[in-house]
Amino acid sequence: MVKSVPIIENIMHANDRLAQENRALLDKAGVFAINIMASPGAGKTTFILKTLDSVHGSLRMGVIEGDIASSIDADKAVAAGLPAVQINTGGDCHLDAVMISNALAVLPLNDLDLVIVENVGNLICPASFALGTHINVLIASIPEGDDKPYKYPGMYRGVQALVISKIDLLPYVQFNMDYFRQGVEILNPGLVTFPVSAKTGEGMDDWAAWLLAQVGSK
Amino acid sequence: MHELSITQSILEISLRHAAQANAIQIVDIFLVIGEYSSILDESVQFYWETIAQGTIAEHARLHFQRVPAEMTCLDCSFVFCPVEGAFICPQCLSPRVKISKGDEFRVESINIE
Repeated sequence: MVKSVPIIENIMHANDRLAQENRALLDKAGVFAINIMASPGAGKTTFILKTLDSVHGSLRMGVIEGDIASSIDADKAVAAGLPAVQINTGGDCHLDAVMISNALAVLPLNDLDLVIVENVGNLICPASFALGTHINVLIASIPEGDDKPYKYPGMYRGVQALVISKIDLLPYVQFNMDYFRQGVEILNPGLVTFPVSAKTGEGMDDWAAWLLAQVGSK
Repeated sequence: MHELSITQSILEISLRHAAQANAIQIVDIFLVIGEYSSILDESVQFYWETIAQGTIAEHARLHFQRVPAEMTCLDCSFVFCPVEGAFICPQCLSPRVKISKGDEFRVESINIE
Protein backbone atom coordinates (compact mmCIF):
# COMPACT_ATOMS: atom_id res chain seq x y z
CA MET A 1 0.00 0.00 0.00
CA VAL A 2 1.33 3.42 -0.95
CA LYS A 3 1.49 6.00 1.80
CA SER A 4 2.27 9.69 1.45
CA VAL A 5 4.86 11.23 3.79
CA PRO A 6 4.95 15.04 3.99
CA ILE A 7 8.49 16.43 4.16
CA ILE A 8 8.74 20.13 3.16
CA GLU A 9 12.50 20.29 3.64
CA ASN A 10 14.75 22.71 1.80
CA ILE A 11 17.06 20.87 -0.55
CA MET A 12 19.97 23.06 0.58
CA HIS A 13 19.45 22.08 4.22
CA ALA A 14 22.67 20.04 4.68
CA ASN A 15 24.83 22.76 3.12
CA ASP A 16 23.13 25.46 5.14
CA ARG A 17 23.72 23.57 8.38
CA LEU A 18 27.43 23.20 7.68
CA ALA A 19 27.60 26.87 6.68
CA GLN A 20 26.28 27.71 10.16
CA GLU A 21 29.09 25.63 11.68
CA ASN A 22 31.63 27.54 9.57
CA ARG A 23 30.17 30.80 10.81
CA ALA A 24 30.42 29.66 14.43
CA LEU A 25 34.07 28.70 13.90
CA LEU A 26 34.85 32.11 12.37
CA ASP A 27 33.05 33.95 15.16
CA LYS A 28 34.88 31.98 17.84
CA ALA A 29 38.21 32.97 16.27
CA GLY A 30 37.06 36.58 15.86
CA VAL A 31 37.45 36.47 12.10
CA PHE A 32 35.22 38.35 9.65
CA ALA A 33 34.71 36.59 6.32
CA ILE A 34 33.43 37.78 2.97
CA ASN A 35 32.46 35.75 -0.07
CA ILE A 36 33.34 37.48 -3.33
CA MET A 37 31.39 36.35 -6.37
CA ALA A 38 31.60 37.47 -10.00
CA SER A 39 31.80 36.21 -13.54
CA PRO A 40 35.18 34.96 -14.81
CA GLY A 41 37.40 37.90 -15.71
CA ALA A 42 35.53 40.51 -13.66
CA GLY A 43 38.78 41.25 -11.82
CA LYS A 44 38.21 39.41 -8.54
CA THR A 45 41.84 38.53 -7.79
CA THR A 46 43.19 41.97 -8.72
CA PHE A 47 40.47 43.60 -6.62
CA ILE A 48 41.31 41.38 -3.63
CA LEU A 49 45.02 42.18 -3.87
CA LYS A 50 44.24 45.91 -4.12
CA THR A 51 41.99 45.55 -1.09
CA LEU A 52 44.96 44.07 0.76
CA ASP A 53 46.97 47.21 -0.09
CA SER A 54 44.15 49.36 1.29
CA VAL A 55 43.64 47.55 4.60
CA HIS A 56 47.27 46.55 5.18
CA GLY A 57 48.35 47.71 8.62
CA SER A 58 44.75 47.74 9.89
CA LEU A 59 43.72 44.13 9.32
CA ARG A 60 45.43 40.76 9.08
CA MET A 61 43.98 39.13 5.99
CA GLY A 62 43.89 35.62 4.53
CA VAL A 63 42.33 34.30 1.36
CA ILE A 64 40.58 31.19 0.11
CA GLU A 65 40.76 30.89 -3.67
CA GLY A 66 38.19 28.79 -5.51
CA ASP A 67 38.82 27.66 -9.08
CA ILE A 68 37.98 24.71 -11.27
CA ALA A 69 41.74 24.08 -11.67
CA SER A 70 45.20 25.62 -11.12
CA SER A 71 46.76 27.49 -8.21
CA ILE A 72 47.40 30.71 -10.17
CA ASP A 73 45.25 32.84 -7.87
CA ALA A 74 46.59 31.43 -4.59
CA ASP A 75 50.14 31.81 -5.90
CA LYS A 76 49.47 35.52 -6.50
CA ALA A 77 48.11 35.88 -2.96
CA VAL A 78 51.09 34.04 -1.44
CA ALA A 79 53.45 36.23 -3.48
CA ALA A 80 51.68 39.23 -1.90
CA GLY A 81 52.46 37.77 1.53
CA LEU A 82 48.99 36.42 2.35
CA PRO A 83 48.10 33.13 4.01
CA ALA A 84 46.20 31.46 1.17
CA VAL A 85 44.38 28.20 0.47
CA GLN A 86 43.58 27.11 -3.06
CA ILE A 87 40.49 24.99 -3.56
CA ASN A 88 40.26 23.20 -6.89
CA THR A 89 36.67 22.12 -7.37
CA GLY A 90 37.57 19.75 -10.20
CA GLY A 91 34.67 20.83 -12.36
CA ASP A 92 32.16 21.99 -9.77
CA CYS A 93 30.87 25.43 -10.67
CA HIS A 94 30.77 26.84 -7.13
CA LEU A 95 32.27 26.58 -3.66
CA ASP A 96 30.15 24.93 -0.98
CA ALA A 97 30.20 24.83 2.80
CA VAL A 98 32.16 21.54 2.90
CA MET A 99 35.03 23.01 0.89
CA ILE A 100 35.13 26.12 3.09
CA SER A 101 35.11 23.98 6.22
CA ASN A 102 38.21 22.12 4.95
CA ALA A 103 39.94 25.36 3.96
CA LEU A 104 39.26 27.05 7.31
CA ALA A 105 40.96 24.13 9.04
CA VAL A 106 44.17 24.99 7.17
CA LEU A 107 44.20 28.78 7.70
CA PRO A 108 45.78 30.24 10.88
CA LEU A 109 42.46 31.74 12.00
CA ASN A 110 43.73 32.95 15.36
CA ASP A 111 46.24 35.19 13.58
CA LEU A 112 43.69 36.71 11.19
CA ASP A 113 41.00 39.42 11.29
CA LEU A 114 39.60 39.00 7.79
CA VAL A 115 39.22 36.09 5.38
CA ILE A 116 38.27 36.81 1.78
CA VAL A 117 36.82 33.89 -0.14
CA GLU A 118 37.12 34.21 -3.90
CA ASN A 119 34.37 32.04 -5.32
CA VAL A 120 34.49 30.26 -8.67
CA GLY A 121 33.88 32.71 -11.52
CA ASN A 122 30.18 32.16 -12.24
CA LEU A 123 27.03 34.26 -11.88
CA ILE A 124 24.63 31.38 -11.30
CA CYS A 125 25.51 28.55 -8.95
CA PRO A 126 27.53 30.30 -6.18
CA ALA A 127 24.40 32.25 -5.22
CA SER A 128 22.69 29.02 -4.12
CA PHE A 129 25.38 27.75 -1.74
CA ALA A 130 25.81 29.46 1.63
CA LEU A 131 29.39 29.23 2.89
CA GLY A 132 29.10 30.67 6.39
CA THR A 133 30.78 33.96 5.49
CA HIS A 134 29.37 37.13 7.07
CA ILE A 135 28.68 39.00 3.86
CA ASN A 136 28.42 38.26 0.16
CA VAL A 137 29.89 40.73 -2.28
CA LEU A 138 29.31 40.77 -6.02
CA ILE A 139 31.75 42.34 -8.45
CA ALA A 140 30.15 43.46 -11.71
CA SER A 141 32.63 44.74 -14.27
CA ILE A 142 31.72 47.35 -16.86
CA PRO A 143 32.67 45.26 -19.95
CA GLU A 144 30.17 42.54 -18.94
CA GLY A 145 27.32 44.85 -19.90
CA ASP A 146 24.47 46.68 -18.18
CA ASP A 147 21.87 43.89 -18.53
CA LYS A 148 23.41 41.43 -16.06
CA PRO A 149 21.01 42.14 -13.15
CA TYR A 150 18.12 41.20 -15.45
CA LYS A 151 19.82 38.03 -16.66
CA TYR A 152 21.19 36.78 -13.33
CA PRO A 153 18.66 37.94 -10.72
CA GLY A 154 19.59 35.27 -8.15
CA MET A 155 23.11 36.55 -7.86
CA TYR A 156 22.09 40.18 -7.44
CA ARG A 157 19.52 39.33 -4.78
CA GLY A 158 21.82 37.47 -2.41
CA VAL A 159 24.55 40.05 -1.82
CA GLN A 160 25.14 42.75 0.81
CA ALA A 161 27.43 44.91 -1.33
CA LEU A 162 28.03 45.46 -5.03
CA VAL A 163 31.36 46.52 -6.48
CA ILE A 164 31.13 47.99 -9.98
CA SER A 165 34.63 47.38 -11.29
CA LYS A 166 36.75 48.60 -14.21
CA ILE A 167 34.99 51.98 -14.26
CA ASP A 168 38.07 53.35 -16.05
CA LEU A 169 36.61 51.57 -19.11
CA LEU A 170 33.30 53.50 -19.07
CA PRO A 171 34.35 55.88 -21.89
CA TYR A 172 35.11 52.93 -24.17
CA VAL A 173 32.11 50.60 -23.79
CA GLN A 174 28.34 50.90 -24.10
CA PHE A 175 27.08 50.74 -20.53
CA ASN A 176 23.87 52.45 -19.42
CA MET A 177 24.45 52.99 -15.70
CA ASP A 178 20.83 54.05 -15.06
CA TYR A 179 19.45 50.87 -16.65
CA PHE A 180 21.97 48.77 -14.70
CA ARG A 181 21.21 50.47 -11.38
CA GLN A 182 17.44 50.20 -11.90
CA GLY A 183 17.76 46.42 -12.26
CA VAL A 184 19.90 46.25 -9.13
CA GLU A 185 17.47 48.41 -7.13
CA ILE A 186 14.51 46.15 -7.92
CA LEU A 187 16.35 42.97 -7.02
CA ASN A 188 18.10 44.36 -3.96
CA PRO A 189 16.63 47.67 -2.76
CA GLY A 190 19.10 50.02 -1.12
CA LEU A 191 22.11 47.82 -1.89
CA VAL A 192 25.37 49.60 -1.09
CA THR A 193 27.50 49.97 -4.25
CA PHE A 194 31.14 50.87 -4.83
CA PRO A 195 32.18 51.99 -8.32
CA VAL A 196 35.92 51.29 -8.46
CA SER A 197 38.89 50.92 -10.71
CA ALA A 198 41.49 48.58 -9.22
CA LYS A 199 43.80 49.82 -11.96
CA THR A 200 43.70 53.55 -11.16
CA GLY A 201 42.74 53.09 -7.50
CA GLU A 202 39.58 55.21 -7.93
CA GLY A 203 36.91 54.30 -5.37
CA MET A 204 39.10 51.82 -3.49
CA ASP A 205 39.31 54.07 -0.40
CA ASP A 206 35.52 54.14 -0.03
CA TRP A 207 35.33 50.37 -0.33
CA ALA A 208 38.16 49.85 2.18
CA ALA A 209 36.57 52.25 4.67
CA TRP A 210 33.24 50.42 4.42
CA LEU A 211 34.95 47.04 4.81
CA LEU A 212 36.88 48.21 7.89
CA ALA A 213 33.61 49.45 9.40
CA GLN A 214 31.96 46.07 8.72
CA VAL A 215 34.82 44.17 10.36
CA GLY A 216 34.86 46.60 13.28
CA SER A 217 31.11 46.40 13.90
CA LYS A 218 31.07 42.62 14.12
CA MET B 1 27.81 20.15 -12.39
CA HIS B 2 25.76 21.82 -9.71
CA GLU B 3 22.94 19.30 -10.22
CA LEU B 4 24.98 16.39 -8.85
CA SER B 5 25.23 17.85 -5.34
CA ILE B 6 21.58 18.88 -5.51
CA THR B 7 20.58 15.35 -6.49
CA GLN B 8 22.62 13.86 -3.66
CA SER B 9 20.85 16.19 -1.26
CA ILE B 10 17.40 15.16 -2.58
CA LEU B 11 18.35 11.49 -2.14
CA GLU B 12 19.66 12.04 1.39
CA ILE B 13 16.51 13.89 2.47
CA SER B 14 14.20 11.28 0.90
CA LEU B 15 16.04 8.28 2.38
CA ARG B 16 16.13 9.84 5.84
CA HIS B 17 12.38 10.48 5.91
CA ALA B 18 11.63 7.08 4.35
CA ALA B 19 13.68 5.32 7.05
CA GLN B 20 11.81 7.21 9.77
CA ALA B 21 8.54 5.95 8.26
CA ASN B 22 9.88 2.36 7.98
CA ALA B 23 9.49 2.33 4.20
CA ILE B 24 10.57 -0.63 2.13
CA GLN B 25 10.45 1.37 -1.07
CA ILE B 26 10.12 4.99 -2.19
CA VAL B 27 7.64 5.18 -5.06
CA ASP B 28 7.42 8.92 -5.79
CA ILE B 29 9.32 12.05 -4.80
CA PHE B 30 7.60 15.42 -5.17
CA LEU B 31 9.84 18.46 -5.60
CA VAL B 32 8.82 22.11 -5.67
CA ILE B 33 11.26 24.24 -7.64
CA GLY B 34 10.91 27.97 -8.26
CA GLU B 35 11.87 29.58 -11.55
CA TYR B 36 14.72 31.46 -9.83
CA SER B 37 16.21 28.23 -8.45
CA SER B 38 18.58 27.31 -11.21
CA ILE B 39 18.45 23.57 -11.80
CA LEU B 40 17.62 21.48 -14.83
CA ASP B 41 15.07 18.70 -14.32
CA GLU B 42 16.75 16.49 -16.93
CA SER B 43 20.15 16.71 -15.21
CA VAL B 44 18.70 15.79 -11.82
CA GLN B 45 16.92 12.84 -13.44
CA PHE B 46 20.16 11.82 -15.16
CA TYR B 47 22.21 11.83 -11.94
CA TRP B 48 19.36 10.20 -10.03
CA GLU B 49 19.55 7.06 -12.13
CA THR B 50 23.19 6.63 -11.09
CA ILE B 51 23.25 7.66 -7.46
CA ALA B 52 19.95 6.11 -6.34
CA GLN B 53 21.01 2.66 -7.54
CA GLY B 54 21.04 0.08 -4.76
CA THR B 55 18.88 2.20 -2.44
CA ILE B 56 15.17 1.91 -1.69
CA ALA B 57 14.72 5.00 -3.87
CA GLU B 58 16.12 3.24 -6.93
CA HIS B 59 12.76 3.03 -8.71
CA ALA B 60 11.28 6.27 -7.40
CA ARG B 61 9.72 8.65 -9.91
CA LEU B 62 10.78 12.27 -9.58
CA HIS B 63 8.01 14.84 -9.98
CA PHE B 64 9.00 18.45 -10.53
CA GLN B 65 6.45 21.09 -9.72
CA ARG B 66 7.77 24.31 -11.24
CA VAL B 67 6.71 27.58 -9.65
CA PRO B 68 6.86 30.51 -12.09
CA ALA B 69 8.42 33.75 -10.92
CA GLU B 70 5.93 36.30 -9.72
CA MET B 71 6.34 39.93 -8.80
CA THR B 72 4.17 42.24 -6.73
CA CYS B 73 4.02 45.99 -7.32
CA LEU B 74 4.77 47.91 -4.11
CA ASP B 75 2.75 50.90 -5.32
CA CYS B 76 -0.49 49.38 -6.67
CA SER B 77 -0.21 45.78 -5.32
CA PHE B 78 -0.67 44.35 -8.81
CA VAL B 79 0.71 40.80 -9.11
CA PHE B 80 2.34 39.86 -12.42
CA CYS B 81 4.81 37.54 -14.14
CA PRO B 82 8.01 39.43 -14.99
CA VAL B 83 9.08 39.60 -18.61
CA GLU B 84 12.76 39.27 -19.40
CA GLY B 85 14.82 42.44 -19.19
CA ALA B 86 12.14 44.62 -17.59
CA PHE B 87 11.07 44.55 -13.95
CA ILE B 88 8.29 47.12 -14.18
CA CYS B 89 4.66 46.92 -13.10
CA PRO B 90 2.58 46.51 -16.28
CA GLN B 91 -0.41 48.18 -14.62
CA CYS B 92 0.97 51.42 -13.13
CA LEU B 93 4.48 51.31 -14.70
CA SER B 94 6.14 51.63 -11.28
CA PRO B 95 9.68 50.22 -11.02
CA ARG B 96 9.11 49.58 -7.30
CA VAL B 97 8.34 45.86 -7.36
CA LYS B 98 9.34 42.89 -5.25
CA ILE B 99 9.79 39.24 -6.10
CA SER B 100 7.00 37.31 -4.42
CA LYS B 101 7.42 33.81 -5.91
CA GLY B 102 10.13 31.81 -7.65
CA ASP B 103 12.62 30.97 -4.87
CA GLU B 104 11.05 27.65 -3.89
CA PHE B 105 13.50 24.76 -3.62
CA ARG B 106 12.25 21.90 -1.48
CA VAL B 107 11.29 18.26 -1.19
CA GLU B 108 7.55 18.51 -0.61
CA SER B 109 6.64 14.88 0.07
CA ILE B 110 7.32 11.27 -0.84
CA ASN B 111 5.10 8.28 -1.51
CA ILE B 112 6.37 5.10 0.11
CA GLU B 113 5.45 1.45 0.42
